[in-house]
Amino acid sequence: MSLLIKNARLLDPSQSLDALGALLVLEGVVAAIGPDAERDPLSVGAEEVLDAGGKLLTPGFVDLHVHFREPGQSRKETIETGSRAAVAGGFTTVCAMPNTRPANDSVAITEMMLTRANKAGLCRYFPIGAVTKGLEGEELADFGTLKEAGCVAFSDDGLPVMNAEVMRRALEYTAWLKVPVVAHEEDKHLAGKGYMHEGAVSASLGCLGIPSAAEEAMVARDLVLAEHTGGHLHLAHISTAGSLRMIREAKARGLHVTCEVTPHHFALTDKELMRFDSDYKMNPPLRSDADLAAVLEALADGTVDAIATDHAPHGWDDKEVELPIAAFGVIGLETALPLTLELLVNKGVITLAKAIALLTWEPAKVFHLDEKGLGTLRPGSPADFTLVDLDAKIQVDRAFIQSRSYNTPFKGWELPGKVVGTWMGGKRVWG
Amino acid sequence: MATARYVFPHKHLLGIEPLSPDDITAILDQAVAFEEVCERPDIKIVPALRKKLIVNLFFENSTRTRNSFEIAQKRLSAEIINFDADTSSLSKGETLIDTAMNLQAMHPDLIVMRHSAPGAHALLSRHMKASIVNAGDGAHEHPTQALLDAYTLRKKFGRLEGLKVAIVGDIRHSRVVRSNLWLLTKMGAKVTLVAPPTLLPREMKATWPGVEFTSDFDSIIPAMDAIMILRIQFERGTGNFIPGQGEYIRFFQLNEARLRKAKPGVAVLHPGPINRGVEITSEVADGPNNLILDQVTNGVPVRMSVMYLLCHPHGEAVP
Repeated sequence: MSLLIKNARLLDPSQSLDALGALLVLEGVVAAIGPDAERDPLSVGAEEVLDAGGKLLTPGFVDLHVHFREPGQSRKETIETGSRAAVAGGFTTVCAMPNTRPANDSVAITEMMLTRANKAGLCRYFPIGAVTKGLEGEELADFGTLKEAGCVAFSDDGLPVMNAEVMRRALEYTAWLKVPVVAHEEDKHLAGKGYMHEGAVSASLGCLGIPSAAEEAMVARDLVLAEHTGGHLHLAHISTAGSLRMIREAKARGLHVTCEVTPHHFALTDKELMRFDSDYKMNPPLRSDADLAAVLEALADGTVDAIATDHAPHGWDDKEVELPIAAFGVIGLETALPLTLELLVNKGVITLAKAIALLTWEPAKVFHLDEKGLGTLRPGSPADFTLVDLDAKIQVDRAFIQSRSYNTPFKGWELPGKVVGTWMGGKRVWG
Repeated sequence: MATARYVFPHKHLLGIEPLSPDDITAILDQAVAFEEVCERPDIKIVPALRKKLIVNLFFENSTRTRNSFEIAQKRLSAEIINFDADTSSLSKGETLIDTAMNLQAMHPDLIVMRHSAPGAHALLSRHMKASIVNAGDGAHEHPTQALLDAYTLRKKFGRLEGLKVAIVGDIRHSRVVRSNLWLLTKMGAKVTLVAPPTLLPREMKATWPGVEFTSDFDSIIPAMDAIMILRIQFERGTGNFIPGQGEYIRFFQLNEARLRKAKPGVAVLHPGPINRGVEITSEVADGPNNLILDQVTNGVPVRMSVMYLLCHPHGEAVP
């Protein structure tokens, strides 16, 4: 089976490629890519030829942070519906958090997830195992066994590991396995019963706030522990200026620390909550203008390693309730690229190449997925790629969203960048 | 009195924040007319809301606010249904939207709701056709309380503009404070917030830039025209916000010694219920400066005014 995509703008940051050319796929693997690939002898007899008409062709996007809710809450999302949302957004690789019901702290759950993902057959699905059994923050999960079963990282996401000694041992142990511990940084005592950013808006609305210090105190602690243990600390969905300042400093000193930010944290601030709309409620919460500016700065100066969605589907009945009891979280797979294009590239925060790097090669490296040939279109890699019409606009409405849930804060937004096709292993999975 | 041309422009009273100074004045002026009704020797009733169906929906315990609304409704000749929701706030039973849709199915004209969640009324207003009056939503707003406070102050001083008002107590968790901040700043009063630092969120300055913040109660007393004391709820878990009742009394209780530093005609207000001997001593609470029971009395005509203007924005059927 051979496929030739010609007349595409090839943009692959992993090989510093940005040129008009062709991609040749043989048996699901990249055989040739570049301005000359069309002239490759193997291209001549390609069974399928597609003229991309100059559209953007990139490696399939890699999302380090999704919640697909299966097992346990398939009314919100399943691995299949989540996978469809992923490929609709141009993602061919997703890493799924373990806060399912039951939590993914066992080989049985990991294997069940992988079986469902294979059955869906749309994107590559990598489970993230729990740091502690049952996400209870006490007893370490079987890291090595889970890694062998297919887990690529460990996290108690949604819940912080409050016990510093447990976190220390997790970082110490996983250093040997060369897998990151992914930290949802939130001091539970400082966060209290908060449900939005603590600041001017929460003070004027009388809402209980989650202070920036709740995140920053834990980032500080875990940077100390990462330095002490030599473990790889990956900081999930960083939201405050203070956290980013500490991460920048830690990286400059050579610590093994990486971090991600979400599109909603570079798109929105806590002012959105002035109408008490729970579509803007997530954890970490939307922060202040100064925090958003710091996120943009950190994206521009390389402090941030990945754009991750924290795709967190919830049903209408989880959300259309009083703000204090509404579920935390928003979906994000379908809107990640358009928001990145509009708010980062078109506004001149980062280049298009850098934006694509933050969606492909950079996140792939964080979870060592580069070693599996993901996040890149170098010859020999799986042919996972995305075709984007940069000139076409998308409208965020129910029909556009493929997720089973519709809890997006971007309802009604018109944004540039339409994913016209997504391929995994040379097979067209979207468009 | 509101001028004949004035039309009350709001469907709901969700808070003081959306109101203009003209709206506030219109409510207070209309309340003057209703106060006359309430002071009548015999029949204190007008037919202004005859055949209007009002539902009182209280998700939080309230005696005085609910009674005040109910008396106001009776004096307006409205039909009343009291819906006593499970007082355990944010219970896991029927959702607020389901409750709202069930009520909507009975076509009420007005809903008066108290709820522990900030913004609960905003959520409700997206699902209901009836006008909604906020009788308190968490620490967000309690607009009729601020209106009756303003009515009381205006009655005593003849104006709100330029009045120096201190609000003392748990600023952080108080809906009364937020509604009063909106109202008093819109009407040109000068507000000073007094509390221990842990109960005094400085971030409020971004929303109310002209307001003063202090933890030094004694120093600001002499300049004040009015001092509004808030209840301190030690029983509701002040957590780590204040070290203890004794410490609070020492620095923040309004007692006779502190009152002696104030202007002779200073007005002492309290939204109630008061904890005698905690945030205020009995001598002060019952003393000559107190307007605490005037506030309660004024609550009825002010609430009559609000419900009347929501149902009759053009001022039809003027009593």
